[in-house]
Amino acid sequence: MKNIFKLIMLIAVTSSQLFAQQTPGNIQKEAITLLGGIAHIGNGTIIKNSAIILEDGIIKACVDASRSKIAYKGEIIDIKGQHVYPGFIAANTSLGLVEVDAVRASDDQQEIGENNPNINSLIAYNAESKVVESMRPNGVLIAQISPGGGRISGSSSIVQLDAWNWEDAAIKKNDGIHLNWPNSFTRGRWWLGESRAYKQNPKYSEEIENVSSYFRESIAYLSGKKETKNLAFEAMSSLFNNKQTLFIHVEDEKGIIDAVNFSKNFNIDKLVIIGGYQAHLISEFLSKNNVPVLIQHTHSLPNFEDEDYDFTFKNPKVLIDAGVLVGIHTGDASNFQTRNLPFYAGQVAAQGLDKELALQLITNNTAKILGIDKRLGTLEVGKDATLFVSKGDALDMKTNNLTIAFISGRKISLETHQTELWKRYSNKYQSKD
Amino acid sequence: MQKQLTLLIVILTFNSIFSQDYFPTNDGIKFDNTNYTAFINAKIYSSHNNIIENGSMVIKDGKIVSIGEFLEIPKNSIIFDLKGKSVYPSFIDIYSKFGVKSPKRSSSGRRSPQYNNTRMGYYWNDHIRPEQNAIETFEYDSKKAKELIQNGFGAVNTHLSDGIIRGKGALIALINNGDSNSIIDNNSTQYLSLSKSVTSSQSYPSSMMGVFALLKQVYYDANWYSKGSSTTNDKSLEALNKNKNLIQIFEAKSKINSLRIDKIGDEFGIQYVMLGGGDEYERIEEIKATNASYILPVNFPAAYDIEDTYSANILQLSDMREWNQRPTNLSQFEKNNIEFAITLDGLKSSNNLKENIIKAIDHGLTKGKALEALTSIPAKLIGRDDVIGYLKKNYLANFLITSGDLFDGNTLIYENWVKGNRNVINSMEIKDIRGKYNFTVNNKKTVLEVTGKIDKPKAKLKDSTLSVKKLSYKGGWINMTVNDDSNFVRVNLRINKLDDDLNGKAYYSDGRVDNIKVDFLEKHIVNDEKSEQKNVEEKNILAVKYPNMGYGFDEVQKSQDILIKNTTVWTNEENGVLNNMDVLITKGKISKIGTNLKYRNALIIDGTDKHLTSGIIDEHSHIAAASINEGGHNSSAEVTIEEVIDPEDINIYRNLAGGVTTIQILHGSANPIGGRSAIIKLKWGENANNLIFNNSPKFIKFALGENVKQSNWQSYNRFPQSRMGVEQLFVDYFTRAKEYDILKKSGKAFRKDLELEVLAEILNKERFISCHSYVQSEINMLMKVAEKFDFNINTFTHILEGYKVADKMKEHGAGASTFSDWWAYKFEVNDAIPYNASILHNAGVTTAINSDDAEMSRRLNQEAAKTIKYGGLSEEDAWKTVTLNPAKLLRIDDRVGSIKVGKDADVVLWNQNPLSVYALAEKTIIDGAIYFDKERDKKLRNEIKKERSLLINMMMEEKNNGGNTQPVKRKFKKLLTCESI
Repeated sequence: MKNIFKLIMLIAVTSSQLFAQQTPGNIQKEAITLLGGIAHIGNGTIIKNSAIILEDGIIKACVDASRSKIAYKGEIIDIKGQHVYPGFIAANTSLGLVEVDAVRASDDQQEIGENNPNINSLIAYNAESKVVESMRPNGVLIAQISPGGGRISGSSSIVQLDAWNWEDAAIKKNDGIHLNWPNSFTRGRWWLGESRAYKQNPKYSEEIENVSSYFRESIAYLSGKKETKNLAFEAMSSLFNNKQTLFIHVEDEKGIIDAVNFSKNFNIDKLVIIGGYQAHLISEFLSKNNVPVLIQHTHSLPNFEDEDYDFTFKNPKVLIDAGVLVGIHTGDASNFQTRNLPFYAGQVAAQGLDKELALQLITNNTAKILGIDKRLGTLEVGKDATLFVSKGDALDMKTNNLTIAFISGRKISLETHQTELWKRYSNKYQSKD
Repeated sequence: MQKQLTLLIVILTFNSIFSQDYFPTNDGIKFDNTNYTAFINAKIYSSHNNIIENGSMVIKDGKIVSIGEFLEIPKNSIIFDLKGKSVYPSFIDIYSKFGVKSPKRSSSGRRSPQYNNTRMGYYWNDHIRPEQNAIETFEYDSKKAKELIQNGFGAVNTHLSDGIIRGKGALIALINNGDSNSIIDNNSTQYLSLSKSVTSSQSYPSSMMGVFALLKQVYYDANWYSKGSSTTNDKSLEALNKNKNLIQIFEAKSKINSLRIDKIGDEFGIQYVMLGGGDEYERIEEIKATNASYILPVNFPAAYDIEDTYSANILQLSDMREWNQRPTNLSQFEKNNIEFAITLDGLKSSNNLKENIIKAIDHGLTKGKALEALTSIPAKLIGRDDVIGYLKKNYLANFLITSGDLFDGNTLIYENWVKGNRNVINSMEIKDIRGKYNFTVNNKKTVLEVTGKIDKPKAKLKDSTLSVKKLSYKGGWINMTVNDDSNFVRVNLRINKLDDDLNGKAYYSDGRVDNIKVDFLEKHIVNDEKSEQKNVEEKNILAVKYPNMGYGFDEVQKSQDILIKNTTVWTNEENGVLNNMDVLITKGKISKIGTNLKYRNALIIDGTDKHLTSGIIDEHSHIAAASINEGGHNSSAEVTIEEVIDPEDINIYRNLAGGVTTIQILHGSANPIGGRSAIIKLKWGENANNLIFNNSPKFIKFALGENVKQSNWQSYNRFPQSRMGVEQLFVDYFTRAKEYDILKKSGKAFRKDLELEVLAEILNKERFISCHSYVQSEINMLMKVAEKFDFNINTFTHILEGYKVADKMKEHGAGASTFSDWWAYKFEVNDAIPYNASILHNAGVTTAINSDDAEMSRRLNQEAAKTIKYGGLSEEDAWKTVTLNPAKLLRIDDRVGSIKVGKDADVVLWNQNPLSVYALAEKTIIDGAIYFDKERDKKLRNEIKKERSLLINMMMEEKNNGGNTQPVKRKFKKLLTCESI
């Protein structure tokens, strides 16, 4: 009997190889109550013995089961001793835009040209990417997908990672426009025989002026009759009426100051710094101006020889301590590495940041920064039932082990192309015994 | 220093009539000029330590006829009275490119790299050019010569600066009389470098280790060729054999390269003369141990302009230290008694020579040594101190006439004679008016003090109401503007040839004119010795660190007896994890594990609530090396990473902070047969040699798949381009290696081939393969090839589809060293799964987790923990994937990889379970010496901060005092990976 079951499993597994990816979960029809889990709310608090009710894709209740008596609804799942987290949110990723780094044909993240505010990443998003499905078993359920290249790369969108296509994936279409700030330092063009050394960029001011000029031109166009449509300038309008966030990618101290002042000059309220390697040097300035930072993921090397070896590990903590709103972005990591997002946050906790605050780096803070905090980022009532259950601490690779996950109340598959291969080959050797 | 002005000086050259006696004359009567030229009453520096105070020298036909204190001057002499002046041998630069144009870069415009040579009848590698001869393309460069002469040079040893072996140099006297007179010697030196010829795009060697391997092979081939073993002619090898006994000058350009190059020389009994880089002071004892002589640059870096504080952020401490310390390089050589010459190489112009020599003198170099390093030593180093470098009888009449001490900033070079040819740089007619004078103007009596340079004196008045606004000295007149309170007084003074008093007129602003007399009081005295001493003491020179950069130690770390008390010990042995244990380390080994241990004088470390493990071992690393790939050929077994270890890579320190103690630096994956690897311990602060694991087993990197097929970059002409070809390449090479080995063992004559030697080691089971591999077909293939040749593949590294052939690997006996969770970065890793390690482990394959990445390597503990998440390994088994298992794969598990009595004391103390993301390494110990300590790290951070601000202040001061500055820049140290080419 057991062998027959194994055989069926095997057939099921092998035949599912025919399908590129897992089938998205069905719309929630019945309420679910998760009982007894340690709930990490995402706002800094924990409920050790929680009762969470999910209904119609929304969190209907999230209470301390030992204190509040509420009526449990629908399917009751006992998760005693397990941990519950809001779905992790990855910012500034290439998910679904790049499948295999080295295969050009599978890369849809970059467009040519200097200023492409009218480019939208969402329509290129491959909901059936094998890389995307590999995010879910680690708790990464939401991602911002960002275009790259040029000075103004275009618009990103925010998607949930269990979808049939880019339309049902979309959580927030065109959430922001991405601007790559000029580098104040450049490296010599070594292929022309120049030194590879970093030096001050002699064209820095000129390049900033070019950006300003483009913004001014857009404003002038938008104030006119627009008799001849200019797609690019049209796309800029949502920046000036604050419908879209301006994401400025910039790392150095001087660049960040210039970028913030630039945005002020153009009355742009919604500004987010992506990168912010040296943001810690001007944290007061940033918190005073309410500029949040999506900081480089923590599994990276210090840029400078003399810097603390753990500089990148603790950089988010330093900013949080200084009162800056911080999330983690994974733009510098390869697409597949985005699944390590929880460990990027765990790494900061190792540096002494409270674990619940570290959790916010990839939940509530990021939700706020991306403007999706009404729906996502915490386990609070009224928010999307986008959450998961892990046997242990999900920020630690040693214990991150998902048992159930939901996106908007839909129970999603935690299997992937990879788990299928795992089972298939484990079985191959076991059946040999 | 007065650069613009010196450039304007016109050199008057008086060519003596040299007629070559066997040349016919058609422009007059034929005669020989038999007159002598005599120089009398001079302070003559025959050499740095042989000074004739009141000497004379007689020259004729470009040579010194006699020199000494009491000389009989021949009657038919033209006499120069040099009273008060000094005569020095003129300078020699033996690392010169004078008159020899570097060839133009070949523009191949190819889509794919070029693998073949372009020459016929020469060595197979275009970059080996011993047949070159500087003199063949030599063309006297009058403009450059003028500049050299003006700055004191009389001869240069020039060369064709192109290729790895560059052929013969030529010693040239700076006279433009045609080659017949300017060539002193054309057969004394051969030049070498680490750079390829620009005339050819031939790819090999593409790395420094490739250069070393090629050099060795050339030397072997030359020897073999000299025995008449070749059936064809090779002009390069013939030339190399002819040049064998010349002096070999190697362009090393850094301390570390000198040490590397010296090792090659030792192998072949060649003592190179090294062109240094200016950083030799950092490891002066090791430099001395090379027994080489050095040619040193004096291109001391200018202070960085850090007024813009944002840009100061990117400055590295190591670069700032360089600015502070480099001027001491020459004095360190002198103190350590290492022979060196000074070169202009690296300086923008010879006009910058003097200021930099003075800087070196300010930093402790003696003037005598400076002179020696510019004259007799360079002559000696090229073996021609029999004709130049000294002022001696029968030597060339190459000398300088100066106003005084050559290395005083105010001294003028009057004349530079080259082979008896007179070059006037500054007229000796200029009277030295420096000194003190009684000076009365507007009825105010004061003292006028004239100092500075003879031709550009400065003046000062010792009166509070008077000051000298401007002074010019020209054509026997002094024109001076004196500020008298708010009024101007213009003063003209005439110089008397015979009388030191001056006469002239003062023109007042109200129109009055006075005749004034300025009475001479005393001569200006140039202090030398005393001020020299003082300057050295005043300089704030930072002590050299090990390595000489941020996080460097004051001294090389030594092992000590350490007792770690009451801790949780992950033994990796049968005992598993033990609680509340003591571990004693003595003499660099683990000597006891137990409870309540005591040991006299041991350093006690409290391990309560902490975890002690053996150090992490990374089977696949590319840090700490100057080059990783030799991709110029599809096989490069002849190269070895051991020759290019970089002990100053900050990633060594960062790895230590992540608990890593041993790494294998693997060759990259540019070709199917890569290079030999280096297994090193991360002993931060030690030199390259001391990093290498003692008696380390021999390994070589092989590679399969996309990289060796060159699928992901533009290259279509190197075999193999498919996995089919990869297999045949291996079969071919092993077949040849087998034949080679049989021939070698037969005792018959054979051509030594480094590449086949290494491959034969594999066949003889003396060297082990770690093979970069991805897909199952190729993994299977390589095992079959190995089996065909009766050896085993030791390790498959990456091995991302290993889980598909785990059973076959187990059977073959191959180990696996893999990533925890990498995939999707290229086509061949589509089926890479994070469960790979656990499947392999469960199948009985020795499995390690590696990094191949400078960042990941410092978190290998976390990567190991992923085997728990992906596939459910036990904690102990997970931990072994980064410690004991890689030790087994590297065949060093008898020495490291577990905590066991007798093993090397390579241990790490963690603040908690090392597999947790929250774990931090607190102490990393190698061979009983503490290389990382979190507490010390804090102190080092503070020191770096302090030192940075100290140096920034010093540089600001230099700038404010009018010193030279350069814009901020940061050296680029490329992070090398498997695919770096």
